[in-house]
Amino acid sequence: MSNRPRLTLHVPVPKVRPGDRPDFSHVAVPAADAMRRPDVLDAEPGLRDMPYGLIRVLDEGGRAVGAWNPRLDPALLRRGLRAMVLTRAFDTRMFQAHRQGKTSFFMTSTGEEALGAATSMVLGREDMCFPTYRIVSYLMARDYPLLDMVNQIYSNAADPLKGRQLPILYSAREYGFYSLSGNVGSRFGHAVGWAMASAYKGDDRIAISFIGEGTTAEGDFHEALTFASVYRAPVILCITNNQWAISSFQGIAGGEETTFAARAIGYGLPGLRVDGNDFLAVHAATQWAAERARSNGGATLIEFVTYRAAGHSTSDDPGRYRPADEAAHWPLGDPVLRLKAHLVACGEWSEQQHEALESECREAVRAAAKQGEAVGTLGQSKPDTREMFEDVYKQPDWRIVEQRRELGC
Amino acid sequence: MATMNMVRAINSALDVMLARDPDVLIFGEDVGYFGGVFRATDGLAEKHGLTRCFDAPISEGGIVATAIGMGAYGLRPVVEIQFADYILPAYDQLVSEAARLRYRSGGEFWSPITVRSPYGGGIFGGQTHSSSPEAIFAHVSGLKTVIPSNPFDAKGLLIAAIEDDDPVIFLEPKRIYNGPFDGRFDRPVGTWAQHPASEVPDGHYTVPLGKAATVRAGAAVTVLAYGTMVHVALSAVEESGIDAEVIDLRSIVPLDLDAILHSVRRTRRCVVVHEASRFAGFGGELSSLVQERCFYHLEAPIERVAGWDTPYPHAFERDYFVGPARIIAAMQRTLKG
Repeated sequence: MSNRPRLTLHVPVPKVRPGDRPDFSHVAVPAADAMRRPDVLDAEPGLRDMPYGLIRVLDEGGRAVGAWNPRLDPALLRRGLRAMVLTRAFDTRMFQAHRQGKTSFFMTSTGEEALGAATSMVLGREDMCFPTYRIVSYLMARDYPLLDMVNQIYSNAADPLKGRQLPILYSAREYGFYSLSGNVGSRFGHAVGWAMASAYKGDDRIAISFIGEGTTAEGDFHEALTFASVYRAPVILCITNNQWAISSFQGIAGGEETTFAARAIGYGLPGLRVDGNDFLAVHAATQWAAERARSNGGATLIEFVTYRAAGHSTSDDPGRYRPADEAAHWPLGDPVLRLKAHLVACGEWSEQQHEALESECREAVRAAAKQGEAVGTLGQSKPDTREMFEDVYKQPDWRIVEQRRELGC
Repeated sequence: MATMNMVRAINSALDVMLARDPDVLIFGEDVGYFGGVFRATDGLAEKHGLTRCFDAPISEGGIVATAIGMGAYGLRPVVEIQFADYILPAYDQLVSEAARLRYRSGGEFWSPITVRSPYGGGIFGGQTHSSSPEAIFAHVSGLKTVIPSNPFDAKGLLIAAIEDDDPVIFLEPKRIYNGPFDGRFDRPVGTWAQHPASEVPDGHYTVPLGKAATVRAGAAVTVLAYGTMVHVALSAVEESGIDAEVIDLRSIVPLDLDAILHSVRRTRRCVVVHEASRFAGFGGELSSLVQERCFYHLEAPIERVAGWDTPYPHAFERDYFVGPARIIAAMQRTLKG
């Protein structure tokens, strides 16, 4: 034996647990105008500082500042705000619906609403989003019918996915929103392939894909980055670092020693690290990456730093693994309140208008929920049982036909 | 019409489809400039261009994932997994994504991809170049699994697979790429040139998925086989003089159940043969189907002849690989029954 101390195994643990004071001292919050904005076609070696900074636009006073300020039209900002407020109203109502036994499962996007809303407004209908289950604001920003979502969540006779999918694992091709799955990460490479296909065809469509920081540990993430880099695919690959993968803090996914955006460097891809609760910053960074992709500049990896303010799903109690009041201490604040404050600061919004918006969204959700409940909640109503046997193949083979007959449908 | 071995026939199918459909493209490990380790894509990159047939990183999961994304866009990617032994990193993509995409999206997206992969033993490839994983694909609802046994079928089935709108696993029995192999390691290997199925049309044609071929008509016993085992079974029949009917399934999903039942109800005896290990192999499914639907016709228990339930061995390959002797013994047992 040498004189060296014995080896020790390091298992990352978060600084605080239930009952402790929330502590986000490890989350550095630079000034809103601290980051330079490189040209969208700058070569990757010149961008290697970007993954270690934090792109922010909204300052503490709610003003848009710095090189990344996208200078968006207030009408567009109000649309983004509406998508976020609508998402929150929908989440609140449908979470309740789960607690009332109207469906089997539900997940909210609380605290992360800016990500889907802002990216959705950068990309077009012809582009394709390969979402996670917390990017529902992408659909909200495109006026996807709330009733279709409710019917999907209730798996009722009007469910557009015909009773085959767990609640909220939507598919909405016409809205540029790819089929979701509960297998986290396994669509990240699809986005790259889809984008490669656009380039192969000489089209100008691009893809955007999301993955949680926890899922960056999957091979799917690294395979997707490899292919995106090798073939310079026109795709925006986004990590939503919401600090928590169910009960595991981001250190378990490899976030203790470096940033998730810095994963890009090993692949020769630009890596942007962005304040994910700053609608303007999310929009600006996505715009930068989209412009780069459409100009044959290839893929960009973006880490959106955000916070999952609610539980993972209806099946877990976050009070069991983190301080109950942690969300209130998150240093990047609440995305809805920050965009609201910005619009108010610009003289483009007021408390009264905001209250009216919240009320309007609550009413829209209530009406859709009622309509969906009139069709039926889970177990009260379901699509024709024949649908269980459809779409396994384009044409059913004898097994499917026989089994459908055996069940009498 | 030209005389082709199986590799040439596969190459011809790919060539025809690249020329015919601009949405067809090929990628995989070493398939571009080099033309693939078994030469199946030889000359295609040069003839059709770099973006139609190109090299991929050593990443089976990434290859299949990107193919699925391309399929969702509207392309018909044909990807090569260099050996079926290496397909397992892509298994999640095939099972959780390709197989279910149409179903879970309510028909909004689907996966018209073809995954080609050389499979099976008989080449002294050891554990990592010899396995026969067809059963793990047959078990997955939403996938099709095709296994040709000769050049004519290989080309026609591959074109049908590429044109199919569902994901197809296309397993190529590499032992018979260059000539039919009857399982007799002690005899000189034949070439395809002497085999009628080496006459392959130059242009486009299909062999439909889900249609078995009766490669030898007979009355005494039905032998169900696919891939290399079709040739081993024919050799066993010839040597034994038993008047067996040999059915080449050609695809195991979809499965030509009618052809199987029609034959077994006539012969009243059935032997199921495959290279893959026996326990929970596809032979178990075939045996169950025959038992369930032909029980009152059967004169003897159904026999299964398969690889032993061990990993694929190197030095013991000739003890492991199913040869004519074991098939003859199985046929004889059914005839005594």
